[in-house]
Amino acid sequence: MHFDDLAHNWGPLTASGLAQGAIYALFALGYTLVYGVLRLINFAHSEVFMVGSYAALITWGFFGLDENSATPPATEVIGYVVLGVLVAAAISGITALVVELVAYRPLRRHNAPPLAFLITAIGASLVISEAVGVATHRNQRGVPPLIQPADAFTIGNTHVTNLEILIILLTLVMMVGLDRFINRTRLGRGIRAVAQSPDTAALMGVNKDRVISLVFLIGGLMAGIAAVMYLFKIGTTRYDAGFSLGIAAFTAAVLGGIGNLRGAVVGGIIIGLFENYGSALFGSNYRNVVTFVVLIVILMFRPSGILGEALGRARA
Amino acid sequence: MTTVQTILRWRGPDGGVRGWFGRQPRLVRWTLLAAIAAGAYALPYVGEVPVIGPQIVTEGVDWRTALFNISYFVLLALGLNVVVGFAGLLDLGYVGFFAVGAYTVALLASPNSDFKTNWPWLATVPVAIVITMISGVLLGWPTLRLRGDYLAIVTLGFAEIIRIFAENTTLLRGDRGFSGIPHPPGKHADGTPIFGVRDAGPYYWLGVSLIIVIVLAIRNLDRSRVGRSWLAIREDEDAAAIMGVRTFKYKLWAFAIGACVGGLGGVMFAGQNGFMNSASFQIQFSVLILAGVVMGGSGNIAGAILGGALISYIPDRLRGVEIAGQDAFQYRFLMFGIAIILIMIFRPQGLIPSRRRAMELKDRAKEVAPQ
Repeated sequence: MHFDDLAHNWGPLTASGLAQGAIYALFALGYTLVYGVLRLINFAHSEVFMVGSYAALITWGFFGLDENSATPPATEVIGYVVLGVLVAAAISGITALVVELVAYRPLRRHNAPPLAFLITAIGASLVISEAVGVATHRNQRGVPPLIQPADAFTIGNTHVTNLEILIILLTLVMMVGLDRFINRTRLGRGIRAVAQSPDTAALMGVNKDRVISLVFLIGGLMAGIAAVMYLFKIGTTRYDAGFSLGIAAFTAAVLGGIGNLRGAVVGGIIIGLFENYGSALFGSNYRNVVTFVVLIVILMFRPSGILGEALGRARA
Repeated sequence: MTTVQTILRWRGPDGGVRGWFGRQPRLVRWTLLAAIAAGAYALPYVGEVPVIGPQIVTEGVDWRTALFNISYFVLLALGLNVVVGFAGLLDLGYVGFFAVGAYTVALLASPNSDFKTNWPWLATVPVAIVITMISGVLLGWPTLRLRGDYLAIVTLGFAEIIRIFAENTTLLRGDRGFSGIPHPPGKHADGTPIFGVRDAGPYYWLGVSLIIVIVLAIRNLDRSRVGRSWLAIREDEDAAAIMGVRTFKYKLWAFAIGACVGGLGGVMFAGQNGFMNSASFQIQFSVLILAGVVMGGSGNIAGAILGGALISYIPDRLRGVEIAGQDAFQYRFLMFGIAIILIMIFRPQGLIPSRRRAMELKDRAKEVAPQ
């Protein structure tokens, strides 16, 4: 137990925890959206994320950038980052769509029991991560130094880096955008309708299959963006990088109340913060223990998450 | 015939192998089952059968070791089937109980252990069973009021916590692990031990015997009041509670029994390997066993056995096989993933679906039919 550590480094831990939490939040959105509509844990979502991280690295590789190259000039960096984000989001989105088409849609046609979906999801996750693992010889791959972490501003001993600000801002923008999309647009209304009652929504003329595809696509896009943020923050990726991160993100989704978009953000940030505080307190090996203990304690008092389950339920 | 009678009627109503099997007199059924059990005991010699034998035997793994692996995977699948298949509780952290069982053996029996008790293997078995059961109750007590996916993530967390403690505490020795864990007792006439290091056959036979005992026990449980309560909870927990089923108590029972079988798997694993460390208890392992249970046919004992055997056999069989000039070994999980998806698409209820389950589903479809 290192209480003085925690007290002394509270500021930096919070800053880094918020950035980490923002990544979890973006990642958790995919779980929560799919769950809200299909009542299904999309186990393959972690692999959607991993594929996105490779897509960005390969894109930068086209321009001759690898982990050993020098940092390009600032204007180019912006271009590379934007391009990386776009490509990663697109590829992740497409991967999510393909997973839905190959692994889930046939089961829905057969009216399969819910557990069957979970198992095909596990199968899809294995296929994707192993395919990437074989293709990359199970090596990890480093990120070109596009963004050199530099202090943007300092409060006391808290150095907030440009990267952390970028991650948090981007998450906020995506979240507000998504929230408006779900709550204000026609497509968003379709999603909420299907989440509330798939059969009734279908009777009212909502194309259920298209809504489900859309939900997977959005989840994939968010995961792709999260993947690029993750690359900048962590610096490497691997064929199994999605797995443990996926567990944390799924925990975040459950913590906030699965099926609830705002819950995913709240959950993500809480998990990010507690991981950091926990690793300061007990050593970094125990960070996941802290996460899960927090989860269990919160679920004991609020069995359906902090904000409760509600994609379509509360406000139709 | 009322719905309840239909559901509780045991033998399937229609044709197929199992329909035929169900219509046979009791004596014939038991003889056939005994023949299947004898076949299982004879599996180590299957390589000597001409033509078919060499196709079945694993090339890259010692066949008897592969069989032993199958036996403890089947054991785990049977235990998880109680939790997931019978009681309908989604447990993603089943490997946690496997680890508790294995670590209990290691702590009590290994010379590396801080306890320095150096018990023989056999003496640790009852202790390990009791401790895994207690751990099942301890995990279940606070968490079993959670439903569905919340329970899934909490059980997953439980297994992760156990793995992290195994990795990082000096008592559990992390990846240095425990060596010199004693093997099961027994000597041949010439004084050499039956359960040696080189031949995995005896361990496999021990595993099969355990599986038979567990199958009989679980089958009887499933047909008892406890099993009917599980069924009611699985299909509709609220309705079950209203009908006076003590849901919490029976869910806890399912958890404890599942945990105890999982612990037994761990005991076997530790006894055969002689060495174990924290790397043996990854989360992926729980996921694999869950895949086996559902793939085989959730809620069906024969299905769980088949599924558990397949998840161990397929990757082992692919080891050392060359396909188009490439070693299939590195593609084994890739192919395994494809196999899982295909099986679930073509047989969403599993390879050997539970008849009782199928009848319930049919019945339910009737209820909601006029849409």
